[in-house]
Amino acid sequence: MTFSPELEAKFARLLTSYPPGRQRSAMVPMLLYAQDEIGSITQELVEEVARRVGVTPMQVEEVLSYYSMLHRKPLGKYHVQICTNISCLLTGGEQLWQRACGKLGIGHKEATADGQISLEEVECIGACSWAPALQVNYDFHHKVTPEQLDQLLDSLRKTH
Amino acid sequence: MLYNPPSPLETKVLTRRFGLPNSAAVDTYLATDGYKAFKKALEMKPDAIIEEVKVSNLRGRGGAGFPAGMKWSFVPRNSPKPKYIVVNADESEPGTCKDRLLMENDPHQLIEGMLIAGLAVDAHAGYIYVRGEYRYLIEILDKAIAEAYDKGYLGKNLQGSNFSFDAYTHSGAGAYECGEESALLESLEGKRGIPRIRPPFPAVVGAFQCPTILNNVETYCAVPPILRDGGAAFAALGVPKAGGTKLTCLTGHVNKPGVYELPLGFPVDRMINEVGGGIRGGKKLKAFIPGGSSCPVLTAAECEGLTMDYDAMAKKKTMLGSGGVVIMDEDTCMVKVALRIMRFYAHESCGWCIPCREGTTWIRKILTRFHDGMGRKDDINLLGDLAKNMLGRTFCPLGDAAALPTISIVEKFREEFEAHLDGKPCPYEKELVTA
Repeated sequence: MTFSPELEAKFARLLTSYPPGRQRSAMVPMLLYAQDEIGSITQELVEEVARRVGVTPMQVEEVLSYYSMLHRKPLGKYHVQICTNISCLLTGGEQLWQRACGKLGIGHKEATADGQISLEEVECIGACSWAPALQVNYDFHHKVTPEQLDQLLDSLRKTH
Repeated sequence: MLYNPPSPLETKVLTRRFGLPNSAAVDTYLATDGYKAFKKALEMKPDAIIEEVKVSNLRGRGGAGFPAGMKWSFVPRNSPKPKYIVVNADESEPGTCKDRLLMENDPHQLIEGMLIAGLAVDAHAGYIYVRGEYRYLIEILDKAIAEAYDKGYLGKNLQGSNFSFDAYTHSGAGAYECGEESALLESLEGKRGIPRIRPPFPAVVGAFQCPTILNNVETYCAVPPILRDGGAAFAALGVPKAGGTKLTCLTGHVNKPGVYELPLGFPVDRMINEVGGGIRGGKKLKAFIPGGSSCPVLTAAECEGLTMDYDAMAKKKTMLGSGGVVIMDEDTCMVKVALRIMRFYAHESCGWCIPCREGTTWIRKILTRFHDGMGRKDDINLLGDLAKNMLGRTFCPLGDAAALPTISIVEKFREEFEAHLDGKPCPYEKELVTA
């Protein structure tokens, strides 16, 4: 598989970050960084990462199924992750979640037909004092009001 | 960046650089006493460093509150194996968002804490395990690490000494369980994050099967101020047996939610009403979680005269935990709170230990049924019994973390469960929707 020079540089650095013989440690970060670039964890990627860290593809599959951020299927271009855990629940996170589902007509871990936006109800993302919070890909949005959510979803629809 | 204004009631030790222009830059750090503590530590014997940390009464800030100096002293320095410094930056305890700020606003303080820990136990490499969702922090930390190499605070023969140290970031990929120390170490080795049986503890068999210090971000960040100003000065900020300050995340129904650095032993009442600006909408306090959703819940009456420190919380049969304070007003449905907390643990249980895997799922199902108005009177006792049967029967504390809040809510708010019986709709649902 060929990756961008930036990703190859990240891989090269990861593979030298751990003690000798411990390259397996690089597996999860490599999968996550590669997923960011190619959109999901494909079988080809599993085999490629297995080869590079020196394990079998089955060992990679065993590990990746454990981590909730690693996806075998592509997400939307903008993955909207809305927290409904305790601090967000108390400040309207659940209403944001229901509003987003209603507005987009999709549910948990589903994407719009054009592949532009996907939704996920997530557990605590570490923004509890600035709740309710959500993440679009890796970007945080704090103290989100229903109106701001509407504007955000509209802007994500338009950006192509 | 700061996401809430500071409070005049704060004691700013770990957060003193917050708000400075370019607070994350190495030049800002060096201009404000940065790396001075490391230079001081370079002249000290390892035992003296550990002694200073013991004198400071610094206790682990991740949740368990174990004395940090004692933890460090368990590392067998004479072992022929390499030793490692591992930072738990997998901040995922619901209610907690403080390590984020420490890494975002002052990453060099964390690196300096790792260096001093390295000197204390003869470790020459350190890993910062950052939860995958905190990608922007990995970028900030990587930049700070590069700056530290550039200025001779990472790499070989640091500041002309014979001490060498390398630091790396490592991204997780979504798993609460990886914040548990032994699961974190498994994950760092490229495996599923399932817990290890202990003993041996990580101090003896940790990262890559080698002796390891594993502490929370905030714990390491306290170390440079301790070495710089002395352990006694840090200890004096807090209470006996718990020195220093605690970054406290006020969340939920307060007027001024935010992260505030408060001295240990700060009164709960003043924290809610003066730091937090009181309960939102002039409502009354109903329930209080002191340090993340794993802690038993307290009633408003139990908060009277209570202070934010480890021993005071232990006396109330709860925990200071991670500093994630959750404040719930009188309109909060405690059945719903119990359900949401249990949904989380059922989702995050790694499945390794059966009492946790099955217990969390059964309790989640019963609570769901309850909140939907189809609960049975027997279920109230069943919830408590199920939770009690999880206690102490798992490799890691996740089972206890799920059981303890459930037990406390069922015992203290039993009448709310009774109010959901016989097909009655949730008495609080209306308020929740319009909140």
